[in-house]
Amino acid sequence: MCGIVGLFLKDKSLEPQLGSMLSEMLISLSDRGPDSAGIAIYGAPSGHEAKITIQSAKPERDFLGLDAELAKAIGAPVSIAVKSTHAVVRTTPAKIDEAREAIQTLRSDIRIMGAGDVVEIYKEVGLPEAVVDRFDVRSMTGTHGIGHTRMATESAVTTMGAHPFSTGADQCLVHNGSLSNHNNVRRELIREGMKFETENDTEVAAAYLSSQMAHGKNLGEALEGTLSDLDGFFTFVVGTKNGFGVVRDPIACKPAVMAETDQYVAFGSEYRALTKLPGIDNARVWEPEPATVYFWEH
Amino acid sequence: MPAINVFKAARDQSHASRIFDLSEMPLRDLNQALHNLTPGSNETAWEVLHPKGSHSVAVGVDQPITIDVRGSVGYYCGGMNDGSAITVHGSAGPGVGENMMSGSITVKGDASQYAGATGKGGLLVIEGNASSRCGISMKGIDIVVHGNIGHMSAFMAQSGNLVVLGDAGDALGDSIYEARLFVRGKVESLGADCIAKEMRPEHLELLQGLLDRAGVTGVKAAEFKRYGSARTLYNFNIDNADAY
Repeated sequence: MCGIVGLFLKDKSLEPQLGSMLSEMLISLSDRGPDSAGIAIYGAPSGHEAKITIQSAKPERDFLGLDAELAKAIGAPVSIAVKSTHAVVRTTPAKIDEAREAIQTLRSDIRIMGAGDVVEIYKEVGLPEAVVDRFDVRSMTGTHGIGHTRMATESAVTTMGAHPFSTGADQCLVHNGSLSNHNNVRRELIREGMKFETENDTEVAAAYLSSQMAHGKNLGEALEGTLSDLDGFFTFVVGTKNGFGVVRDPIACKPAVMAETDQYVAFGSEYRALTKLPGIDNARVWEPEPATVYFWEH
Repeated sequence: MPAINVFKAARDQSHASRIFDLSEMPLRDLNQALHNLTPGSNETAWEVLHPKGSHSVAVGVDQPITIDVRGSVGYYCGGMNDGSAITVHGSAGPGVGENMMSGSITVKGDASQYAGATGKGGLLVIEGNASSRCGISMKGIDIVVHGNIGHMSAFMAQSGNLVVLGDAGDALGDSIYEARLFVRGKVESLGADCIAKEMRPEHLELLQGLLDRAGVTGVKAAEFKRYGSARTLYNFNIDNADAY
């Protein structure tokens, strides 16, 4: 099963509520996947800072003093905001890759959830409500976000096996389904230089999209490529710095419902996820067509 | 408490109409109350409020009552229906009317995938569009869709009638047995062993009857094309061995 949600705001006045809206959407799909849950939120760009979301099973040990050590290592100011097992590291955009490498050197047990100018990613084992509470997602503001509640099929139930998967700056993906050619595609992407954290099929889809976009394709073109290059069952919801996209495989047995109003575009595995959104009774509600790419950009 | 409300309402046989608000009462109470109905019950008109995409609304009803669902429903609404007349004043999720035996289900909005799957009888009317696999493995149900249907509809359909006022997606009627498919618009492609067939007077009559039963007006039976089985896949043919 798995449940996925996405919300792309058009109306700026809703931005303070993005976290709470997305949280409610995800919680409503809890019985589609009790194993783990995760959410990616795209906040407002600060212009002078980039972010890395990191995770540790021992946050008290790993996050302590990391800001000072990291600042020294990269020679730039660093701040860290800890949220339970996750923390958001902020530094100068030009130093972001250096910071990423330095974190791995300084603390080998820390995992990188994602990085970029605006994205923050939180994911853990547990029900959506517990995960949302743990990271105080409801209080988060932003322009768009995606979420996932997982019923694992292709790899272990771990923090790293939870979605969203992020394999490029401000890019992330959630997936309902299972891919059958992920091992081969992973090998090809590794040869291209992509790095993988898990054995998970969805991480391959995320890396595939990152690779396509790194080759100059836009989100829509990259999503189009999944239809010929990825085999298996999938409904993908993808976030980029300023965009949000959806694609379903040609068989389209994994459910999907979308709603659009003047205020937002919303995605849910089921209509249940959309029922609390403002103005949903008058929204245009439709089922995305199989093998058809949908994307919106700010 | 909801359970007490149900008990009280169940005793009160003088009211013919029952209103169930799913924002206040659990779905299980609704379905249990529907299953508790016995032949000759006075409670013949039911209304369900605030379904909010709930799954399995009014499944397994076996009495000739009417049920008006005010809003959109999730999976399997009206599944196994045997004699009731259900109207969904909204859209329906996957599997609406799955395995219906008799009675009717009308969806005022759209229906998601496999509407009317494996249905053995009764009438399913979708006033909007139905998505993929509409009428998959249908076994006697009649389905009338005012809009379009998605790909792989009527896959392995065994008997019954599927009427589509709009267009049909890819692979219509793949591996079909004896169901009849009537499509007014264009068919993206036909599935294996499904062919266009002659519309004879008895088919026009049958189709007109279905359109009338479904409350379709302003559309003539002659505007449709008929599709059905070429019957070449019924028995194993050694010449087809390479296809397996």
